[in-house]
Parts: sequence; structure tokens; C-alpha cells
Amino acid sequence: MGLQEFWFILIAVLFVGYFVLEGFDFGVGMLFPVLGRTDTRRRVMLNTIGPVWDGNEVWLITAGGALFAAFPDWYATLFSGFYLPLLLILVALILRICAIEWRGKIDDPTWRSRCDIGIMIGSWVPAVLWGVAFANIVRGVAIDENKKVVSGFFDLLNPYALLGGATTAIVFALHGAVFLALKTSGEVREDAVKLAARLSIPTVVVAGAFVLWTQLSFGKGWTWILVAVAAAALLGVVALTAVAREGWAFVLTTVAVIATVALLFGSLYPNLMPSTIDEAYNLTIYNASSSPYTLKVMTWAAVFMTPVVIGYQAWTYWVFRQRISTKQIPPSIGLPLKTR
Amino acid sequence: MDALDVSRWQFGITTVYHFILVPLTIGLAPLIAIMQTMWVITKKDHWYRLTKFFGKFFLINFALGVATGIVQEFQFGMNWSEYSRFVGDVFGAPLALEGLVAFFLESTFLGLWIFGWGRLPKLVHLATIWLVAIGVNASAFFIIAANSFMQHPVGARYNAERGRAELTSIWELLTNNTALAAFPHVVAGALLTAGTFVAGIGGWSMVRSMRRAKEATDLAVAAEHESTARTMFRPVTILALWVMVASGVGLAITGDIQAKLMFEQQPMKMASAESLCHTETGADFSILTVGTQNNCENITQLISIPGLTSFLANGDPNSTLQGVTELQAQYEEQFGPGNYKPNLFVTYWTFRAMIGWAAGSAVLAVVGLWMTRGGRVPDKKWFGWLSLLAIPTPFLGNSAGWVFTEMGRQPWVVHPNPTGVDQIRLTVDQGVSDHPTSLVVFSLIVFTLLYAALGVVWFMLIRRYAIAGPSDHDKHPPGDEEEPEEPGEPKQLSFAY
Repeated sequence: MGLQEFWFILIAVLFVGYFVLEGFDFGVGMLFPVLGRTDTRRRVMLNTIGPVWDGNEVWLITAGGALFAAFPDWYATLFSGFYLPLLLILVALILRICAIEWRGKIDDPTWRSRCDIGIMIGSWVPAVLWGVAFANIVRGVAIDENKKVVSGFFDLLNPYALLGGATTAIVFALHGAVFLALKTSGEVREDAVKLAARLSIPTVVVAGAFVLWTQLSFGKGWTWILVAVAAAALLGVVALTAVAREGWAFVLTTVAVIATVALLFGSLYPNLMPSTIDEAYNLTIYNASSSPYTLKVMTWAAVFMTPVVIGYQAWTYWVFRQRISTKQIPPSIGLPLKTR
Repeated sequence: MDALDVSRWQFGITTVYHFILVPLTIGLAPLIAIMQTMWVITKKDHWYRLTKFFGKFFLINFALGVATGIVQEFQFGMNWSEYSRFVGDVFGAPLALEGLVAFFLESTFLGLWIFGWGRLPKLVHLATIWLVAIGVNASAFFIIAANSFMQHPVGARYNAERGRAELTSIWELLTNNTALAAFPHVVAGALLTAGTFVAGIGGWSMVRSMRRAKEATDLAVAAEHESTARTMFRPVTILALWVMVASGVGLAITGDIQAKLMFEQQPMKMASAESLCHTETGADFSILTVGTQNNCENITQLISIPGLTSFLANGDPNSTLQGVTELQAQYEEQFGPGNYKPNLFVTYWTFRAMIGWAAGSAVLAVVGLWMTRGGRVPDKKWFGWLSLLAIPTPFLGNSAGWVFTEMGRQPWVVHPNPTGVDQIRLTVDQGVSDHPTSLVVFSLIVFTLLYAALGVVWFMLIRRYAIAGPSDHDKHPPGDEEEPEEPGEPKQLSFAY
């Protein structure tokens, strides 16, 4: 295996990490209006991801940096070509970060509900748009001979990509519901279990359609395995959520996310972004990569650092492994909205 | 205005905004780590209260710093795609390393620090904030190494076939003398910022507590206020004042080293910073000029110090320095026709503003150390106000310094290295993405409005928490009362969003 193949896989791994970990973060935020009927319940939900969401988000930043370092032309074409969707994602992420961190700083219902809106926008928008973006990457966009995307914003909203957006949204919502069932106890858990069971069936339909469409239009022989894994995992989730086995259900939603992202990257390989104008303009891992030296240096860094990062992140999850219930939420220590 | 100008404005606005928040994070993390260490060592509750008190500012600030930082990671590709193609092979490496080594560290361990009170053993919990402090400083190192490549490209060759710069030595890239000078300068600036922030809030709170003690009719209340001023705010203010002194000295030394490098590597930047329009021997240091903005022919020197610029450049007051006009002629011959002059007005005044704003901190440091000498606790109202007024000055100085550094390298986005590879250079118009102007105007408006709104909230929160003072909730550390060992009865979380 060459270094270009290795980096293609490593970037896939970084995005898998991002979607698995931020997937339930987004899901938690998306489900605020459904499961968070009272302020205390919303705080329970928020605090299941409290210590980890920031570290989870760094998977995206590092994936962006790795894209820049390993495939600069992909980085340049993708981010200048998907300008508006990326702008929307960035705005949503900015709102979400500030809303999560500042929500408890002021003890006032108006303040909190504004922050909750920020958290919901910040969870829904990326959950949909990442699916749209990745579906378009796999499908290909109009790339000209200068490696520039020449198609407009509305070309990105084709049926396949919209189905991709629906898929990431519903899968993340389910992933989040199962995560909440796993991380809470009491009333929040009961409702999360019920919601996960109800969400699992439409998820099988939507995600199943997207996965099948991807496989039939862009897949390879071996990627049928991933289709089968994703399908089996999602069916397993249906069964497990019906009997409230959220631990195993979470393992399976994770497997489903991994299999789906792997299917997208597997269908793409060895392209990075196919061109719908002419195959000769495709960005591939060979014509868009960095020099062998850069790839070698970055490989050393990744081989040493990735296990360390996974190690301490896993430890964080272990430290905060306890379930949270409404009884454990302390009274707000925020300041009042107005100075006396 | 075309897409190039709008893209430059957008990058400038978003970066300056980001760097209002970043120095406070970089400087405050080690200061809070020191406060917490003092608590662990001395076991005095007021160090715990201070850690929690300044920790709140740190978190309020960190959130917006992260939020604005994410934009930076993607903006290169969005607006500067041709630049990204040209330098990605080199520039991407420190960016990826920053994510892998620093961002993961700081974000993960900050989560552990915020939520780990009373849940992690004391020493492990102390280690988490130190790791955050290391992480934020490591990230500064990597991004400055990346920026220094743009100012002084090293460790790369030019690949003519691909038309791009390619990394040849990561070691040379990370030990770029420009980076080794810029990094301590930035860290010293960050420590000055955080030191002034802590001393400012500490000094103001100290005066307020003393005045409350005077005004109180109840003797017990008066004693408590005075004890707060004396045992809590005074030591932390003095700590911060000494951090300011040390970082101020550090700034001057590293600034001087940087200036010497700049005369060598980017003579045009320094010539325009000094309004040195023509080559001179024994060049004076200009303190005040008047004249038509950005026009060499119309500048009149009013006040200047003889020979100082030459001395700063080479350690010799009689050395010869090249002027803007001669450098322009030289560059035209070297790189073809074009305007190679930065905006003289901006470079001249930002350089002076950078140094001038540091005076705000210097005044507070000197006055503060005098006012607190020998066990004194000041209660003068003017000292409280001086403390508050000093807080914004290092922020302004940091911004001015970066505007000078970045606008001084115009028109280059990758400045040619006089002793490096000739073809590794790029002007900003060659680096920008090919977008319609309207698209970039749209994103510029979105970012500017969003950042402005969040900036207002950020300021409001910082102000409210400063006025509120240390919370009564944090009077005693968690773990003082008996707690059930895990896993036992579920207890309330010591911290929850």
C-alpha cells in the first residue's frame, strides 16, 4: 500500500471518528425539542455530551488539516467549490459552540431558550449539510480542467444528495437518541428508549434507500459487504431498541455510521472528487496528493499521535461513564440577566 | 472592490477577531494553572476561589476563541484556494500537526478540567489544566511556524511541473528563525494580555473590597471585605503584575530580535514601518511624521531619534539601510513590474501603536507594584479605574502588531526569501480563489455581523462576571464534605452546563 492510499484511509478514519462522535452530539441537540420538555431535562441531555463535545469536534478540524496536508488540491477544490454549504455549516457550528458554553452562564429562561435555539440550529444544519456535501463528493460535481468546481449552489441540491442529507440527519438523530438512552437514567432514559424505537424504522427506510442507491450507482463489488453490514446493523438497532438494550443498540448505530462512511469513501476510491464534465478532470489520490516526503512526515506524526489521542479520549469517556438523571443536575449558578 | 479586496478584508476581520480572544486564552491558561497549583500546595481556599473565578472568564473566552478558530481552518480553502494549492504541501503539515498534537489535547483536557472537579483526584485534575496550558501554547507554535513560512519560506523546494512549493525538511520548517523569534514574542504578548487582565480585574476588585470594608457599618462584614482584598485579591494582583513585568521584558527582547531578522528578510516591511523612504546611513528612528497618507514623497519627519533605526537593525547606529524607493526599484528588476510597497500609512502607525499600547500595561505594572508595596492594600478609586482602563491596551497592541506583520508583507502572500528558493513566492492576487465578488461580500457580511453580535455577548458576560466577583458557590472546594465513593448513591454533579 502506498502512502497516498494510506492517507486516503486515514482521512476516511478521521471523518468516521467525526461522524461517530459528533453524530450523537448533533443528535442530542436535534432532539432538544422532542426530549427536552423542561429545562432540567435539557440540562441532562446537554451534560451527557458536556465533557466531550469539544474534543469530538476537533476530529473535523484535524480532518480539515489532514486534507490540506495530504491532498492540498482536494482541500482547495472542495472548500472553494462548496463555498455556501460550508459557510452555513461554519455559522451553525459557531452558534452551537457559543450556545453550549454560554447557556448556563446567565440564569434566565429567555437567555436559555435563545441558547437552545442556537444549539438546535447548530445541530440540525451540519447534520443535514454534511450528508448533502458527502453525497455530492461521491456523485461528482462539475470540475473543469483547472480543478475548479463550476457548478452552482443549487446543483448541489439534487435528489441523491438530498437523500444523503436526510440520511445523515435521521441516522444522527437515532444515534443521539440511543446515546441518550445509554447515558441517562430515569424519565429521560425512558423517553429516549421509546423515541429510539420509533425512529429506528424510518431510519432503516431512509438510510437503506441511500446506501442502496450509493452502492448501485457508485459502488464496487466489495462494497456490498459494507451495504450488508450497514443494513444488518440498522435492523439490529430496530430489534434492540424494541427491547430497550441501548448498550448494544449504540454499538450497532456506531457500526452503521462506520459502514456508511466507509461505503462512501470506498465508492469514491481512488477518486477524491469525480468530475461530471470529463473523467480526465477527476481529482484522484494520485494527482491531488502532496509530495512523498510530506506524506511520510505526516504518516509518522499520525502513527504516533492517533493512538495517543484515541487513548486519552477513551479515558475521558471512562471518567464520565456514569448515567445522569434529572436528580443529579445542580441548581443553576448563572448570574441573573439584569444587574440589580 | 473586487473579490481580492473583499477576501482580504474578510480574512483580516476574521483573523483580528480571532486574535482578540486567542492571547487571553494562551496567557490565562498557565495563570489559572498556577493559581490552582497554589491551591493544591498551600491548601488555602482563596486560591481555589480565584481559580474558579478566573476559570469562568477563561471558559467564556475559550468558547468564542474556538468558534472563530474553526473558520480559519477552512478559510484558506474557501477564499485562498490557489494559495492552498501552491503551498499546501508545506503549509498543511503544521496545520495538521496543530490539530493532531494541540487541539485534541486542549479540548479533551479542558472538558476533563471543567467537569472533573470533585470527580478526579486533585493532582490528576491539576494535571488537566496544565495540559490545557501546554496544548494552547503548542497550537500557537504550530500556527506561527505556518505563518512564518509565508513570511520567510524555508525547508521547501519548487516543483516546476506541479507549479508548487514542496516540503523538503519539516525540521527546517519548524526551526525557521522567523518562527523561533515570533513564537516567544506572541507568547510574551499573550502573557502580558492575561497578566493585565488578571491584574486589572484583581486590582479593581481589591479597591472595591477595601471601599466596601470602609463603608460597612457591621464590623464582621467590614472584616470579611478587608480579608478578601488582603488575602485573595492582593496576592493574585501582585502575581499578575510580576507576570506583566516579565512578559514586558520578554516582549522587548524578542521584538528586537524580530526587528533585526526583518531588516534582513523583509527589508521593505521595516523600511515602511520606519517611513524610511530613501536609503540612508545612520537612519533615524521616527516618532512622528505628518504628510499625505501612503505617499513617500509627502512625508515630513517631525520628531525622530538619531541613528536609532540603524542601531535596531544592525546594532550599529551608523549602518546603511535601504529605503522604500530603492527597494521598489530593486524588486521591479528582480520580479518584474508591479507595486511592491505595502500601505505605508498602516505599517507606520500600527508599528507605533503596537509599542505605544504596551505603555498601558507598563503604567499599571509600575503603579500597581508601588501601590501594593510592603503589605499595602490600595483603596483609591483612581487605582481601581486605572486597573480597568489598562485591560484593553494589550489587546489593542496585539492587534496592531499582527496588522503590521501581515500588512507589511503585502503584496506578497508568500514573501520571497532573499536567501531561499527564488520561485517560492506568491502575490495575494495569485493566491485568491476565483469567486464572484457578490459571494465573498455575502460571507464577509455574515461573518462580520455574527462576530459582532457574539462579541457584544462576550463582552457583556465578561463584564457581568467581573462585577459579580468570586461566587459564594465556590467558597469551599468540592470534596471538603464527605462524599460517597463511586459507584454509590448518585450525587449531584459538581458542575453542569
